[in-house]
Amino acid sequence: MNFALNLLSVATISVGSVFFLAGTLGLLRFPDALSRLHTLTKADNVGLGLVVIGLLPLAHGVLGGLKLVVVWVLVQLSGATVAQLIAQSIRRNGPSA
Amino acid sequence: MTDFLLAAAVFILFTVAIGLVRILYGPYDADRAMAAQLFGSGGIATLLLVASATRAPGVEDVAMGLALLAAFASVAFVNTIATAEHDGVSGE
Amino acid sequence: MIVQTLDIGLAALVLTLAGWTVLAQATFPAVVSYVAYGLLLSLIWVRLFAVDVALTEAAIGGGVTGVLLIGASSKLRKAALSATEQELTPPLRWAIATLCVLATLALATVVLSLPDPSPTLAPEAVQNIAATGLGNPVTAVLIAYRAFDTMLEKCVLVLAVVGVWSLASDQYWGGAPGAPGAVTWDGALAFFAQLLPPLGILIGIRIFWIGADEPGGAFQGGAILAAMWMIIMMARLAEAPAIGERWMRIALAAGPIVFLGVGILGFVAGWGFLAYPAGFAKPLIIFVEIFMTLSIAATLPMLVAGPPIQAPRP
Repeated sequence: MNFALNLLSVATISVGSVFFLAGTLGLLRFPDALSRLHTLTKADNVGLGLVVIGLLPLAHGVLGGLKLVVVWVLVQLSGATVAQLIAQSIRRNGPSA
Repeated sequence: MTDFLLAAAVFILFTVAIGLVRILYGPYDADRAMAAQLFGSGGIATLLLVASATRAPGVEDVAMGLALLAAFASVAFVNTIATAEHDGVSGE
Repeated sequence: MIVQTLDIGLAALVLTLAGWTVLAQATFPAVVSYVAYGLLLSLIWVRLFAVDVALTEAAIGGGVTGVLLIGASSKLRKAALSATEQELTPPLRWAIATLCVLATLALATVVLSLPDPSPTLAPEAVQNIAATGLGNPVTAVLIAYRAFDTMLEKCVLVLAVVGVWSLASDQYWGGAPGAPGAVTWDGALAFFAQLLPPLGILIGIRIFWIGADEPGGAFQGGAILAAMWMIIMMARLAEAPAIGERWMRIALAAGPIVFLGVGILGFVAGWGFLAYPAGFAKPLIIFVEIFMTLSIAATLPMLVAGPPIQAPRP
């Protein structure tokens, strides 16, 4: 049981790290700010979600696991909002905002 | 397990570092406003991995606080560039 | 081996960000870099197992100071900067840089030449906290062992707010800070400011409450509550309160006044100034911390909002 949980953690955290790498690659390669917003707020959030799932078996009890999920929800919320706000600012003022 | 968690933390920190360099270089203010969000996701992932590996106490609360403050900082940055444009002052 | 890589990586990134902040050409990139530096520094504090300091660094260094600097820089953009920039001639810049490098070298020498194990009072502090009823030695140091310093710090916060307010023109005294009228009502930001603060307030109160036994405390909790209020103000869901409002002034002064009151109570009752009676220490400490949190949550947003720029409404 413990071995299976450890394997699950290792697997999900590895995939999460790959998503972070993908997000950074997107940051480096995408041509303008609007597309870079996508990689930052989507790929990195999925990476964080997978890392949180992988850390749930290692958390301090149910409350600790709940706090990890709350962290992910907060980052998700702020990512979505910031993406909308930056995109609106760019749309209003042209690409040189 | 601990070694794996630390290795994952180093890897994610590395990606955050590269992303940070790219964001801070990005020629317009709208690009730079994304830096706090990058920390909100990558920095918190690193924090959670390091804390789980080194068994530092009470770090889930720190992660919640950090998530809130990164959100606050991101919104403050974006609000600044939005109101700067609105007041007719051009960003660098 | 991996731990060393992590530590070296963190240190290198922090130094790079510090260099970037100093060498930035414009204010906004410098402030963004400074906030990133602050958030990374909190990671380093976690590595040093100083979790309370990590939370405070994230709150103050990353959040509040960054917003303060951004507000100051956007106000400065409208004023003329050229005079100050001309005064900073290259020889003066070199002198400043040399001074900073010398200070850094002196600090590094002192830290690296400390005897191993370095002199510390931490074991005694931990051994004696049973008398205070607390479980977190950092909180015990702040509110019990060094209560006088903490009380004076709260007074300094009030003085800082008074200092910021004194920048107002005479006719605006008693009015409200912040831009009069509404900027374009933004759907996403308003939604965010309605959804996040309830959760944030819960988390802030929890971090304050948990500070008695786990990392946390009044300052960190108060800073998070302050950040939530500032999000609401930035989304224009509520305007900054006028500085003449009675409840605002009571909220600002409550922390130092209650702290001082408890101290004088100790003096009158015979336990000693700012000492706590055995057996009743923890309730008194929590009582003082509640008002400290309230004061910090009121002070930090007023510092960021700045001096009043509207005449007071009659």
